[in-house]
Amino acid sequence: MILVFIEHKNCVLNKTSLEAITAAQSIGQDLDLKVSAVIPCNQECALAQDIAHYDLEKVIIVKNEKLGIYTPDAYADAWEQVINATNPQYVVMSHTYQVRDFAPKVAARLGREMVADCIRYKTENGKLILTRRIFLGKLDADVTVGGDAPYFVTFQSGAFRGDNAAKGTAAVETMGVNVGEIRMTPEEPFQEAKVSVDLTKSEIIVAVGRGIKSQENIALAQQLADTLGADLAASRPICDSNWLPIDRQIGSSGQTVAPKLYIALGISGAIQHIVGMKNAGTIVAVNKDAEAPIFDLADYGIVGDLFEAVPVLIEELKKHKS
Amino acid sequence: MKIIVLMKQVANKDAVLRIGTDEKWINEADISLQTNESDGYALEEALRVKEAKGEGEVVVCTLGPQSAKTVIKDALARGADRAIHVVYDQPNKLSPYQISKAIADAIRDENADVVFAGLQSDDASYGQTGVVLAELLGIPHATIVIEVDRESLGQTLRVKRELESGWYQWFTYQLPALLTIQSGISQIRYASLKGIMAAKKKEIKEITPTVEAFAGAQTIEKVYMPLKTKQTQILGNGDAKAGAVELVEKLRTEVRVL
Repeated sequence: MILVFIEHKNCVLNKTSLEAITAAQSIGQDLDLKVSAVIPCNQECALAQDIAHYDLEKVIIVKNEKLGIYTPDAYADAWEQVINATNPQYVVMSHTYQVRDFAPKVAARLGREMVADCIRYKTENGKLILTRRIFLGKLDADVTVGGDAPYFVTFQSGAFRGDNAAKGTAAVETMGVNVGEIRMTPEEPFQEAKVSVDLTKSEIIVAVGRGIKSQENIALAQQLADTLGADLAASRPICDSNWLPIDRQIGSSGQTVAPKLYIALGISGAIQHIVGMKNAGTIVAVNKDAEAPIFDLADYGIVGDLFEAVPVLIEELKKHKS
Repeated sequence: MKIIVLMKQVANKDAVLRIGTDEKWINEADISLQTNESDGYALEEALRVKEAKGEGEVVVCTLGPQSAKTVIKDALARGADRAIHVVYDQPNKLSPYQISKAIADAIRDENADVVFAGLQSDDASYGQTGVVLAELLGIPHATIVIEVDRESLGQTLRVKRELESGWYQWFTYQLPALLTIQSGISQIRYASLKGIMAAKKKEIKEITPTVEAFAGAQTIEKVYMPLKTKQTQILGNGDAKAGAVELVEKLRTEVRVL
């Protein structure tokens, strides 16, 4: 069987876990394995009933009073026991900051290692070949894992679509675990005073690059975003010039997003930007330069002046709305 | 107070990469190399912690071929006190667990109070060397640390972790502990001329690791350029306005996001 990790904070789901469910279901179908979900919590997690509406064999609440606020020590102890009790073939997770923090520890403790941040997989002779991005996204690597199960795999945000997770009915059960000494004391998580924009949850993004030419022109892109109900984002040069705040930056030093629609205005498509948006469902590029690398990635391209295209886009969109 | 900093030599960010003949890694022979970005910040944080404490020793540990001496010498010039070089010609042939094991064997007897590492390497990007090392050393760890409360340093140390979506969280760690550092945590100092001169007298201990086969190792089977999977429809045929009209139609009928 396959175990999939459901990440949450105070019983509120981290939506990337739905992507992990989709990934686990897909692997399960290919390798003929059943999938069960694991929710570490300090109580009968309210989230379990929601997750039970997916096509899973079981939803296992892994319960201990020390699993309320996340710590790597508590999570490692809990996972070690769940894995020993259930003997999974695969452990599938989304490659979130929390997973990066505890999953390698669990794998190492069990004499395994984690194949991290995968973007896709294929099967060959009943085993997975996993693809990872290396060298800051410049190259892909196909990776296999040796030894006995369990195999630990994490997938990059956007590698699978959460809304593709198959619905069904799962039994909910609770497994009490022992948690040893916790060597770190967590305080309450907080947000910095400056409002941060979470573009990872955006459905539609309009992003601007150097081609927007001046700060005044950002308003035009904002207008398009408003018409589409989209969030405005930017490539690095725009944020470095302070035309938009850094929390709008997409790419290796900014956010990694996977919206349904990504409209790139005047963005050439440097690798540092592409790593942050390549998993968008549909990519539209508007650029004067027909050779711009962004067109290698785009589903739809307009080769031409964005200052001609965008006002017409806004006008046409408004027509269709009314 | 003893602090160990893990540093790795990686391909230069702007280097044009050529895939090696075995298609399992790049050809590193003719490209420029540099210190892994987040490792540079890890060193800076280690030096600041030592300065805040007013005493102690910062020891740099690198696993890699002889060329990695460049990384070590640069770190010594910036203020590290000595170095441990785990000499291994092709670190890319090692799996994350093997790398962590070799480093654990090399530094275990140093009994460091704090171990700093970058959060991940910019080449293999396994992102787990620090965490696995902490497990092997039997010490707690924190990843993606964005601030260290140096005033808090005593039997414990308080650090701020970056969570996702603009959230942060402070944790207080029992020492010894291992911290992986996020890039951009501080301004990295330059090596002074005095530092460069002083570095020449600092100790670099070479260790030849015993690398055992690891059953659960991951293996890179093939490295290749990312595939172009998309067929691009060019709209408007060079007329941006006509393209815009066509695009809205496509968004409505094909993409169906409107």
